[in-house]
Amino acid sequence: MSVDVVPMVEARAVCKHYSGVEVLKGVDLTVNRGEVTCLIGPSGSGKSTLLRCINHLEKHDAGELLVDGQLVGYEARDGKLYERSDKQICVERSRIGMVFQRFNLFQHLTVLDNVTIGQVKVKNVSPDAAATRARELLARVGLDAKEKNYPSQLSGGQQQRVAIARALAMEPKLMLFDEPTSALDPELVGEVLDVMKDLARSGMTMIVVTHEMGFAREVADTVYFLDRGIIEESGDPRQVLTAPSSERLKSFLSKVL
Amino acid sequence: MTSDGGDAVKVVPVRHVGRWIAGAVMIVVVAMLVHTLFSKVSTGQVSCRTVNGLRTCHPVTNWRFSWNIVFHYFTSSEILHGLLLTIELTILAMVMGIVLGITIAVMRLSPNRLLSSTAWSYTWFFRGTPVYVQLLFWFNISAIYQSLSIGIPFTHVAFLHINAVSLFNPFRAALIGLGLNEGAYMSEIARSGLIAVDEGQIEAASSLGMTRGQTLRLVVLPQAMRVIIPPTGNEVISMLKTTSLASAISVVEVLGAAQNIYAANYEVMPLLITASVWYLIITTVLSIGQFYLERHFARGAQRTPPPTPIARLRQDVKGILAKFRTPRPAMTREVTA
Ligand SMILES: Nc1ncnc2c1ncn2[C@@H]1O[C@H](COP(=O)(O)OP(=O)(O)OP(=O)(O)O)[C@@H](O)[C@H]1O
Ligand SMILES: [Mg+2]
Repeated sequence: MSVDVVPMVEARAVCKHYSGVEVLKGVDLTVNRGEVTCLIGPSGSGKSTLLRCINHLEKHDAGELLVDGQLVGYEARDGKLYERSDKQICVERSRIGMVFQRFNLFQHLTVLDNVTIGQVKVKNVSPDAAATRARELLARVGLDAKEKNYPSQLSGGQQQRVAIARALAMEPKLMLFDEPTSALDPELVGEVLDVMKDLARSGMTMIVVTHEMGFAREVADTVYFLDRGIIEESGDPRQVLTAPSSERLKSFLSKVL
Repeated sequence: MTSDGGDAVKVVPVRHVGRWIAGAVMIVVVAMLVHTLFSKVSTGQVSCRTVNGLRTCHPVTNWRFSWNIVFHYFTSSEILHGLLLTIELTILAMVMGIVLGITIAVMRLSPNRLLSSTAWSYTWFFRGTPVYVQLLFWFNISAIYQSLSIGIPFTHVAFLHINAVSLFNPFRAALIGLGLNEGAYMSEIARSGLIAVDEGQIEAASSLGMTRGQTLRLVVLPQAMRVIIPPTGNEVISMLKTTSLASAISVVEVLGAAQNIYAANYEVMPLLITASVWYLIITTVLSIGQFYLERHFARGAQRTPPPTPIARLRQDVKGILAKFRTPRPAMTREVTA
């Protein structure tokens, strides 16, 4: 990858605090286009918070955060920063897919409607075109037979695959996964990881918060270890996961492996 | 329930003596009630007639509950007109209450402190005063406001002028009073529904790029409905009956119509029964409607929707028939063994 291409995500000294508690204390991170980045770290270290900042669900309070070369939440014009309007933020969010630990499928909509609603209501795609695209995506995650079911009628693994299809339907340039397999029974983890591996192979830029070290080792281009709000260590997964240099990463790995 | 024979063990069912006694008592009570409802009383008069030169006399009796008078007025035009007004008032006041209630609930949950405290004050005020007083208030408001105008406060600039007496005719006064009051109760119901929707649903909607309005309309409200509908059904039924208060501000709804009739013929009890029977009929219809509405909005929440009453009845009948039809193989085998 050439150096002069703008990275998909670039964080420089990003800070975030909630009512006095410092959650992110200057995070530096670069995610190149078409690459898979895994974010690992102990509970409460700020992984979800970082993803939420990237997706404009939270406002970071210091540092610089760029997605696709654009400042998150602000627009730089003639030497000033202009806060973005809610409308602009919505447009930005629609280009970033997000997959949650607890799936968060819309409970009152069928599987098909879950995958079409964003296309129709946000991207103004016609309902027919949206349904066609939704069926393609559902076939891709292996759930074309379930389109008429409600989420409560699906297993956790199936729900998470629908959630991935729902995010992909918006044609995102970046996909964020927040512990997508943590709420699943062990035998269902594989089917979701397979869909994600497939997605990674197709060239999607992905940031994955995960405790699945096997997945990180196999798929990730870069692994970041976030601990107490700062990046303790980062680099090639084979290097980081097998020969960690920091003591905290060593003790973390000994607990999760 | 059934066992496949073989090494079946004889089961002696528990005898529910208490249930049998309670059942017997209930049957007696119901029988007494039916008896008195349809009993006849002597009027103290005697009717005589002469057949073939023979004069026979017997005392004249009447229904204790004057069912003949109830029947006579049940579909009279005054009562039906009143009924129509009752239904109209119920529907309009509920629509007003629901729209207001959802608006207030959304305001109440808004991060804007001014909006949320306004919403809180609204609920505080309208829940804190009796609806009867509110009705009287709106009925009499033209005493303090001869005309209403919309304009800029503390100036003489006005965009709209309305005569208060013509605006607050009895029906509109009742509608405004009932609707505003209902808005306060509905807002609490709507708020509990909105709060019940999982935070994750809102996050998922935002991450798809939906605006706040879209998220509310497409994701939160439809799911809140499941929580909102059942108590709203109760509110409709309660509103149906509360509209009878409007008779106090000279709205001739069904109770008002009954009162007008008995003011002329003194048949107080039969006409009160007439009105009550109509209230019961509409309440029954509303309850049936509520069941299907709840079923509709529960979709997705349960893996299998509950059966309709008709389906359940069919199931029960089938179950009872099956009980009678199948002999008990376990028992007979036990005896022959
Ligand atoms: N809205 C909030 N208000 C206050 N504190 C918060 C809020 N959200 C998160 N936090 C705090 O920020 C810290 C980091 O939270 P975050 O969810 O980012 O952790 P995480 O790394 O994703 O952990 P986990 O692996 O458990 O999901 C936690 O200590 C949490 O309590
Ligand atoms: Mg988290």
